Amino acid sequence: MRRWYRPFPGDTVRDVDGRSREFVCTETGAQQLDQLRSELAESFTVSLGARPARATRTWLDTFDWRLYKAGLTLQQVNAHSDSQLILNGPDAEQLTTPINRTTRLRWPAMAAALPAGPLRDRLAPVIGNRALLPVVRAASQTSDLRLLNEDAKTVARVSVDSLSVTAPADRGQGPLPARLTVHEVRGYATAARRARRLLAGTDGVSSSRLTALDTALAATGRHPLDYTGKVDVKLRPAMPGREAVALLLLQQLDTLEANVDGVLHDVDTEYLHDLRIAVRRTRSALKVVGDVLPGDLTLRFASEFRWLGDITTPLRDLDVQLEELPSMAAGLVAARPADLEPFRLYLTRRRAAARRALNRGLRSDRFATVLGDWRKALTVPRAGRRPSGPRTGELAADRTRRAYNKVIKLGAAITDESPAESLHTLRKRCKELRYVLEFFASLHDPVAQRAMVGDLKRLQDCLGEFQDCEVQQLEIQALAASMLARQAAPAPTLLAMGEIAGQLGRRQQQARTEFAGRFAGFAGSAGRRRLTALTASPRPASPEPASLRAASPEPASPEPASPRPAAPRAARSRTTAARP
Amino acid sequence: MKVFATYNIKGGVGKTTAAVNLAYLAAQDGQRTLLWDLDPQAAATYMFRVRPRVKGGGKALIKGTRSLDDAIKGTDFDGLDLLPGDFTYRNMDLLLDDAKNPVRRLSRLLQPLARDYDVVFLDCPPSVSLVSENVLHAADLILVPLIPATLSVRTLDQLTEFVASFDGPRPDVLAFFSMGDRRKRLHREIAEQLPAQRPDLATTAIPALAVIERMAVERAPVPAFAPRSPATRAYRDLWTEIQKLSPA
Repeated sequence: MRRWYRPFPGDTVRDVDGRSREFVCTETGAQQLDQLRSELAESFTVSLGARPARATRTWLDTFDWRLYKAGLTLQQVNAHSDSQLILNGPDAEQLTTPINRTTRLRWPAMAAALPAGPLRDRLAPVIGNRALLPVVRAASQTSDLRLLNEDAKTVARVSVDSLSVTAPADRGQGPLPARLTVHEVRGYATAARRARRLLAGTDGVSSSRLTALDTALAATGRHPLDYTGKVDVKLRPAMPGREAVALLLLQQLDTLEANVDGVLHDVDTEYLHDLRIAVRRTRSALKVVGDVLPGDLTLRFASEFRWLGDITTPLRDLDVQLEELPSMAAGLVAARPADLEPFRLYLTRRRAAARRALNRGLRSDRFATVLGDWRKALTVPRAGRRPSGPRTGELAADRTRRAYNKVIKLGAAITDESPAESLHTLRKRCKELRYVLEFFASLHDPVAQRAMVGDLKRLQDCLGEFQDCEVQQLEIQALAASMLARQAAPAPTLLAMGEIAGQLGRRQQQARTEFAGRFAGFAGSAGRRRLTALTASPRPASPEPASLRAASPEPASPEPASPRPAAPRAARSRTTAARP
Repeated sequence: MKVFATYNIKGGVGKTTAAVNLAYLAAQDGQRTLLWDLDPQAAATYMFRVRPRVKGGGKALIKGTRSLDDAIKGTDFDGLDLLPGDFTYRNMDLLLDDAKNPVRRLSRLLQPLARDYDVVFLDCPPSVSLVSENVLHAADLILVPLIPATLSVRTLDQLTEFVASFDGPRPDVLAFFSMGDRRKRLHREIAEQLPAQRPDLATTAIPALAVIERMAVERAPVPAFAPRSPATRAYRDLWTEIQKLSPA
């Protein structure tokens, strides 16, 4: 049976149009409520609804804000002994599900832990393999004013929601300005419009475009989308290359650190994935543009980040095996999915051991020292020294060309007889090119950048499929041997594992067949034109955000009156690029 | 979407009070509920304090120049909407007669509402007419309030026979005693004897109570202003019985 709930004020996500339905009281207290009532009494009989409803509201989202990005708002509302999840979406979409005591829902929770039903079905594809976490919690007290016409019929409602942020405990807490929402009663639109006009003209009341979640988050000093695993640094062509590289590396360090807790507590597997990407980007940056950093920084830290990458690999490989197992099992022809259960249990045990090993690494002095020293090295200003080396625009053009040319050279040398190792090496160079493109994306024309990344991504997908299948086949062989040695491998399980290895082999062969076409698509004349467009015309400088200025490792140099033109270098690059 | 209709050829037997109270209880249960007051007297509309007027009148609705959706009004109660009565409904027979498939016109008009409502109640005027025939075709369940009297039972027989003659899907029929007065011997006798003979009779009876008459004064459903009254209990029991017979 479907339950009918009136939405809480401000829960409808970003549906506030020009005629705002949402208001905030800039002043608080009973006096303000009396004033509201007297303003509304000009056109209506105002009746105070049932006694105020008290509830605790906990907003939930994934670490990377997948719900917010999809225009969805999820909250757990506890009132008296009842608890329910309420999902609001665009176009007044609302789904609810009660949480009873037997559900035993604890946050963080994956989609599979939610009560079965339409709400879970709606959420699951959006959050994928990420866990839902409490974002902010508030105590809420909602009063209802009913606006009546001359027949004493309710023709509009005004709800007054007083929120007080209670968690996270270490952030700013306390009462927020009361939120007023005009609820239209069906068939009485004119009355709701009149109520909105009256509220808009009331002293101490102003219209609001923020949702209750936005307001509560702001009180804790956070804002939606405050985490992204992507490269998110705005660069200017004329800034010193050293400064730009330090900014890029600092953002990767931030990303890495932001994911450590999630890995340690095994909240979901994406924390480790994002952490590893931050490590790989850092290693690629050290390799490709690290030479512009002062002293022996690159030499000192390259081996440390390699160590960090290495200690995360076993757990990630097992995560991938476990995540892919259901789809692999579904594709079995001769064996039954149930035959793989001992394999899954074995993987799960291995994963627990790998997690313990990784946690030891992440809690070690070495890890703390690497991260601490790295941040210090990137942020300590070098007083009195003007940064030397290329400007960012030049650096970007030069290193993008170099990375591109390496890919072209290696790719062109690959034939049908080339060993798997050649494709693996090409894949690594492709990743470097991808990271270089991401690092300097803010300097590039977005259309050319998207086109270049699109072509590269298609090639990377093919190489990734080839290499992943190779690695997984080898792992399955090794795991089978290990399971046999421990007498943990019944014959049907080994046969099923063999069938999976066979599936992987066929997929790998398919990727190998597709490689030539994908590479040609990337390396063709269109690809070279795109490279030229990217490296020839860095976008005009945009004002530097204050946050970046604050994080700059070295005082920014004064802007030259006329930045050095990059065109001649780009013209040279055309010939270089055309000669893979 | 389930369609329930309160119907009896006789007037003053508790059709409107049943429709109003049962619709309220359905909404209380979390079902998105609509009540269509088809009676030109618009008593149900009055009880919800809504003005008995539909723009363009019954003609616009039946001819389809105005969608039912446009004419719906929210009541004071969560999840319960009303399609108001209108004095022009007195001519609805004539309008339906002009329609393409005159006995299934209401059923067709209701179809688009299935997106928005789980339950629709039709409060039918007391008559045997094209309107009531439409209502019988549109409903999944006909709720027949019966005053415990011999002639009422005869009316129920007539209705059951009429419904049995339908081609295609036929609604279920559930009669219930309404306005029963324990002080009257005939009421008592019929109320005691008839249930054994009639499987289409609900076990719940709605007694004649002053609190039900007060609905017109309070202009609200009984459970809203007298939630602990015996009348509320009776309507709740009846609603439970209806749901068992015709689950949502």
